[in-house]
Amino acid sequence: MPILEVKNLSFIYGVGTTFQKTAVDNINLSFEKGEFIGIIGHTGSGKSTFIKQLNGLLRPSSGEVLLNGENIWRNSKKIRDVRFKVGMVFQYPEYQLFADTVYKDIAFGPENMGLNSEEINKKVLAAVDFVGLSHEILEKSPFEISGGEKRRTAIAGVIAMDPEVLILDEPTAGLDPRGRELLLSQIKTYHSKRKNTVILVSHNMEDIAKTADKVVVLANGKAEMFDITREVFKNSESLERVGLKVPQITEIMEKLKNKGYDINPGILTVTEAENEILRILGEWGKC
Amino acid sequence: MMTNFIETEDLKFKYSDDVNEKNVLDGISISIKKGEFLTVLGHNASGKSTLAKHFNVLLLPFGGKVFVNGIDTKNESELYEIRRMVGLVLQNPDNQIVASIVEEDVAFGPENLGVKPKEIRERVDEALKSVDMYEHRNSATYKLSGGQKQRLAIAGILAMKPECIVLDEPTAMLDPVGRREVLDTLIKLNHESGITVILITHYMDEAINSDRVIIMNEGSVLLSGKPREVFKEVELLKKYSLDVPQSTELIHRLKLKGCNLPEGILSTDECVQALEHLLEDNKCQY
Amino acid sequence: MLTDITLGQFFPGESLIHKLDARIKILLTFVYMLITFICSNYFSLTITLCSVLFVIFLSKIPIKMYLKSMKMILFIILFTAIINFFSGNGEPIFQWGIFKITVDGINNSIFVSLRLTIIVLTSSILTFVTSPTDMADAIEHLMKPLSAFKINVHDIAMMMTIALRFVPTLLEEADKTMSAQKARGSDLESKNITKKAKALIPIFVPLFVSAFRRAYDLATAMECRCYKGGEGRTRMKILKIVPLDVFAVLFTLAIGIMVIISNTFYWRW
Repeated sequence: MPILEVKNLSFIYGVGTTFQKTAVDNINLSFEKGEFIGIIGHTGSGKSTFIKQLNGLLRPSSGEVLLNGENIWRNSKKIRDVRFKVGMVFQYPEYQLFADTVYKDIAFGPENMGLNSEEINKKVLAAVDFVGLSHEILEKSPFEISGGEKRRTAIAGVIAMDPEVLILDEPTAGLDPRGRELLLSQIKTYHSKRKNTVILVSHNMEDIAKTADKVVVLANGKAEMFDITREVFKNSESLERVGLKVPQITEIMEKLKNKGYDINPGILTVTEAENEILRILGEWGKC
Repeated sequence: MMTNFIETEDLKFKYSDDVNEKNVLDGISISIKKGEFLTVLGHNASGKSTLAKHFNVLLLPFGGKVFVNGIDTKNESELYEIRRMVGLVLQNPDNQIVASIVEEDVAFGPENLGVKPKEIRERVDEALKSVDMYEHRNSATYKLSGGQKQRLAIAGILAMKPECIVLDEPTAMLDPVGRREVLDTLIKLNHESGITVILITHYMDEAINSDRVIIMNEGSVLLSGKPREVFKEVELLKKYSLDVPQSTELIHRLKLKGCNLPEGILSTDECVQALEHLLEDNKCQY
Repeated sequence: MLTDITLGQFFPGESLIHKLDARIKILLTFVYMLITFICSNYFSLTITLCSVLFVIFLSKIPIKMYLKSMKMILFIILFTAIINFFSGNGEPIFQWGIFKITVDGINNSIFVSLRLTIIVLTSSILTFVTSPTDMADAIEHLMKPLSAFKINVHDIAMMMTIALRFVPTLLEEADKTMSAQKARGSDLESKNITKKAKALIPIFVPLFVSAFRRAYDLATAMECRCYKGGEGRTRMKILKIVPLDVFAVLFTLAIGIMVIISNTFYWRW
């Protein structure tokens, strides 16, 4: 059974007004436990509206969201429990820090879950380790630490709820290359250790290619594609039609292939590309 | 021969007088020519934003000097003239818009300068046209996309008839479409109107179109040169955790494996071409 | 959603009403409110309502928008209507305990709700057709006499412009913060007042921090654009009284006179 499934999901803003707009249009998808899902789509493709329905922040206009096979709105009083199970890290999450210490901020989620202080402590420390924060800053104010640390504190605040599905909306936006690389590798480590489902929303195709097992392509509120990452990035033309690009390395290798060289389609990383070129050179070297 | 528009002489700066504190800028001497497109790269806390703030007198040097168009920035009577000549665009597109309506925001700068109403109107229209926002002149500013907001910020600077635009990570908060819009606008302004552009960023691929690249680290200039020359130094760039475009990285790795490839490859097409040459040269002779 | 709030929102346009001088618009709005208050019978009230509807028609802004802004204060209108409904003097036509309904009460409640409706509509017209900058500018002009009392009118107007400019931005921010804290299980939907109040802290603190951050950025941006206060500053749009404005003033005066005349001719029944 998939951990998270959406059936005929639609969301319409401003029903009956002049601003009426279908943001999510009849989406059907299912995500398995342990998958790393990438969601791509240009601004206005319905990404944020879509993910906000996955943890019950928005109620679908029609269709349903199933968590472990159960409609999350079946008992709307229990919707908070859904939010603990489907953790969501918003864009620029550091703007949501509020407590007087880093520790208290990270503990906010677990506290709302009604855990006892011992459990809270355990969860906070585990989350802190996942995002690679030093224990010394736990007693500092979240407003006096560096930008990168703030970001990781905010992410730890969601990880501390120990969700079954973790959704991250542009977690690396605005970070410098060093911070971006670091955070991405931490998310990957988290995923491989916790073995839960991670959904990463990003504009950065290189990041998606490096991390995701499967990719959802959203355009005009519809799920245009849903397939394993390599297959999705083989379709550079259809991606371009919806205003997206494949990673630069994929584009380079595809252009070479179109010039008649025997290159495997769907190259995703520089290492793959390097090996591919060396393979061809090696094969030719033999004759 | 282009003349120097901005010059810094052994520029030093720190945010407090504390002797134990490290300098944020540690002896920077650079000159920027009129009409040049300069990209300043560096990770966070490398001092690049602090440097930018010296160009329009938001900060004054702790040691050394900064000259804008020959004027020492410490010269208080020329403060507003320097700010008019050197406009600064900030990172967050939401926080630098003053008015609720696009054209009224563009008018803010010339209004402060005391320009006559009729001329403000002309400047506003012209500025909006040159960033391709004229048809949005009556729109509400908060409804614009990120890329449009940054182009509006650029128009607001243009209406002051500046010599130079400094942009402090203008694309950091934008999506790829917005980034492209802003970059294309800058390239156009530099080429068509001859405006000096100083682009501060941590995206290396944004440097491709510039005349010169400066890489900063720990408050000093690490490398300076034409993009192609700077991007040759892949190992050095990686050591200072700057992100190298995948094309540059691939060529670099293949060269290390002994392939005969040119240095300093930047764009996708250049990379494809170089690889094609490599493969053709080594093709089996049937 | 918070961002649905329309009260005080400007709709750019090219209609006759948009083109009126902002000072005239503000003054005439006050005159209209005054007229609404002196209306003493249904006939004069109908004249006022019709003329307001005519202005709405001229503004070329969908009537839906006006209805939406009405919705915001529907509660207040209903409340006052109900109070008036039960508090009329004279012979009751229906009585149940302390509640009595009189002809007078019915009249009062209809009258008061109509008056409030007209007032809301007129103020909606003003905010819908006047850009915040124009509004601030006009207020700066209208308050000029105050500078005799050493009040810096320009600063007040500038602060108003900026405040209005940041209303949508901060509302959006509040919306995002609420979503983010709800995602961490913040109990905003709780019926328990103390719980609910406690849940507000994680929303208010980030909002304040963000407002300060934005203020700092904005101050820098204003400095970059050579802002140095009101002295020596010019404006792109000069406020100028044109024949259209004179026409609007005369139109309003005519309505006022018609109301006064009908007040004396028709008794309230």
